[in-house]
Amino acid sequence: MRLALSLLALLVPLSAQTLVNGAGATFPYPIYSKWFDEYHKLHPDVQINYQSIGSGGGIRQLEAGTVDFGASDQPMNQEQLAKSKIKPLHFPTVLGAVVATYNLPGLSRELNFTPDALAGIFLGKIRKWNDPALARANPGVPLPSSDIMLVHRSDGSGTTFIWTDYLSKTSPEWKSQVGSGTSVNWPAGLGAKGNEGVAGMVKQTPYSLGYVELIYALQNKMAYGLVRNAAGKFVKPDLASVTAAAAAAGMPDDFRVSITNAPGKDAYPISSFTWLLIPSQIQDSAKKKILVDFLRWMLGPGQKMTEPLSYAPLPQRVVAKELKAIAAVQ
Amino acid sequence: MAAEPVRGASRARGFLGRLRAGDQVASLITATFAASVLLLAALLVFELFRGSALTRDKFGWAFLFTGIWDPVAGEFGALPFIYGTVVTSALALAMAVPLGLGAAIFLSELAPPRISDALTFVIELLAAVPSVIYGLLGVFVLVPLMRQVGAPYGVGVFTAAVVLAVMILPFIVSISREALLAVPREQREAALALGATRWESTWQVVVPYARLGIFGSVFLALARALGETMAVTMVIGNDPKIHASLLAPGYSIAAVIANEFTEATADLHLSALIELGLVLFLLTILLNGVARLLILGTTRRGTAQ
Repeated sequence: MRLALSLLALLVPLSAQTLVNGAGATFPYPIYSKWFDEYHKLHPDVQINYQSIGSGGGIRQLEAGTVDFGASDQPMNQEQLAKSKIKPLHFPTVLGAVVATYNLPGLSRELNFTPDALAGIFLGKIRKWNDPALARANPGVPLPSSDIMLVHRSDGSGTTFIWTDYLSKTSPEWKSQVGSGTSVNWPAGLGAKGNEGVAGMVKQTPYSLGYVELIYALQNKMAYGLVRNAAGKFVKPDLASVTAAAAAAGMPDDFRVSITNAPGKDAYPISSFTWLLIPSQIQDSAKKKILVDFLRWMLGPGQKMTEPLSYAPLPQRVVAKELKAIAAVQ
Repeated sequence: MAAEPVRGASRARGFLGRLRAGDQVASLITATFAASVLLLAALLVFELFRGSALTRDKFGWAFLFTGIWDPVAGEFGALPFIYGTVVTSALALAMAVPLGLGAAIFLSELAPPRISDALTFVIELLAAVPSVIYGLLGVFVLVPLMRQVGAPYGVGVFTAAVVLAVMILPFIVSISREALLAVPREQREAALALGATRWESTWQVVVPYARLGIFGSVFLALARALGETMAVTMVIGNDPKIHASLLAPGYSIAAVIANEFTEATADLHLSALIELGLVLFLLTILLNGVARLLILGTTRRGTAQ
């Protein structure tokens, strides 16, 4: 009897909770789980579940109506929006960046990369480390004559999307030959699974080069290069230069914007927002109230939690714009 | 053990009598369970077939014979993946079957029982190791080794085949050993009595007698090799091209599905991945069928069982 009572006592608070389910991007998962956890502490009657199943999966689940909100590292395109029965609104949450990481034995200096050099390497045209395109950008650096061992992501990934989106913007040849997407037909190199796969491969293979998320490179203390931005300056990727890219880029009213190759002399050019996808019409008023309240909280106190986890916070201007846009959730 | 049923027979007969009607119920229930396996397989094929309608319509049979995989342009061909899957599995079997069979013969016929039991325990432990662990082992041990041997990246088709061979070895050893141990003692004694040496009796009498069990172990190994995902994707290089060298990177069907499915947003891309699943399913059936035919051939020639 006592057992049954205590079981009941366990069940009662559970049933009193409102569950909100979301799914999507893996890149912002650490900060999202932190946010949902902190939010749950403030509102013990609300439980927000988030499954990091990938941006593509998040969009599909949202369209199918199996989750209350989605999350994606790339904004939904016109075609997807037109097809979807649920019209999602995009809300940028944090910023990320992708960096070129490499393994050059004996090299202690950071390398400079021009957009042309990066495109040339990934197109398979620049094959040697001492290629003139690399040597010109790195005067005085003793570059070896070895082959560049190129590593890219094998799994479909928002990281790949940001990287190829940048290459498409800076290299017409890349745009026509490969294009941008979460998985692309790579002209050169081999694939490794996940940031950890690329990082492991680069760490293991001398003279290799790959790309990983900035957070991953920071946390694992990997060597990564500076990239020349649209203003012609070589910029080191860090939280400040990523936020600078977001501040410099224009922001349309629906927040669906790519900020790669952003203008501004301090902007790191391979940066991107990541978005929460919130349905514009939410039938369940309790869930709607929670999502709206969470968005406001995320844009306020939530933004202060980003830097310890190495995510760049949103620029103030974007926060103000989003706070206004929340009114569109009905 | 054998005495038990005899002692309890009189009591059991009454009990069974009362269950006579229950027999039919039991057979009906178990038949349903058996049918559910068929149903499951049919459902699987149906779902894969339905999910891949888009690419089947667009590419037709060409899907199987073209080698371009370009999710951005919406062009899909399965050939590099089929190649990678078949070649890695075949190489893995070529390495693991002789090794495994040799080990099984030693354990069942030649080793002292205590050593045999201890080794078998370890081998069965190996069979239970999750494949991602073998993948890690491949990444940290085999890949650097392969780089020294001459594979430019260290990862590639051959590396994947070696990891697969290591993974399927415990299955082959463990099941083949069971099959060899199940060979009646009289078979061995008869061979020895006819003047055969220990090895002759093992190789010419015991092994052919246990043939079916040994083939069974190879089937299981093949199935695991074909479908293995995690360990393969960690060491194969994930490059959807067919290179002339076995040391160059490649790709397998299971690996590309695992890699690209979560982030595939375009319908055509999704459909292509599902069709790859269908191809893997059919490939497994085809290869198992071929293997079974091979067995039928050898059974006719060999000792009857």
